[in-house]
Amino acid sequence: MTESTGGIEVEEETAGRVKKFMFVNRKAPYGTIYALEGLEVVLISAAFDQDVSLAFVDDGVYELVKGQATKGIDVKNFSPTYRALEGYDIEKLYVDAESLKARGLTEENLIVPVEVLSNEEMADLMAAQDVVISF
Amino acid sequence: MLHIVNKSPYQTRNLESCLRLAKAGSAILLIEDGVYAATRDNIAAAGVKAALGSVSVYALSPDVEARGVNNLLLDGVKLVDYGGFVDLVAEHANTQSWL
Repeated sequence: MTESTGGIEVEEETAGRVKKFMFVNRKAPYGTIYALEGLEVVLISAAFDQDVSLAFVDDGVYELVKGQATKGIDVKNFSPTYRALEGYDIEKLYVDAESLKARGLTEENLIVPVEVLSNEEMADLMAAQDVVISF
Repeated sequence: MLHIVNKSPYQTRNLESCLRLAKAGSAILLIEDGVYAATRDNIAAAGVKAALGSVSVYALSPDVEARGVNNLLLDGVKLVDYGGFVDLVAEHANTQSWL
């Protein structure tokens, strides 16, 4: 007769390890659903107490532009949500300097405080992640 | 780090962003329409050629063959099959897909 533990063994060591997650946002906010879906996933990730950072590259920098007013296109303006991320302990927002400059934008145009990174700094940060998820 | 590019260099600027943010020693895998960037004598070739000095560039052979560009590949681009794709993902600590 065999004994059964009657349950699933939980690997506590792996369960406790905090991983570095980076969400890379590269799409403008309303032309496709990527930006909104990406933001939803970021909010979900906050529930798992991981080391989360957000990178904004290429058209992704348009997600953070101040003064979005979407009434006329009948979709939700989700840009204020970026300001709420702080409340979920998501405070690492990085913006690619070259993408900003190419679009005629500066930090002043953005809805949240961010850290603006050079190519090299962004490349280093991306390479240092455990998991990179792209939107 | 492994970077994956799946769009034609003429349709998007994904490849340019990838080349800009790929560190020396990293790998770039071109799949689907991304394989057009692995061909020579075109406007994308200069960027890929320059990158070949510091990063490894791979192209997925089924996608290359499907598009009939086998004979147009840049020197230095390595072909991998689906098994090789899996190996590349397993060999690298993390992956960025330039969707």
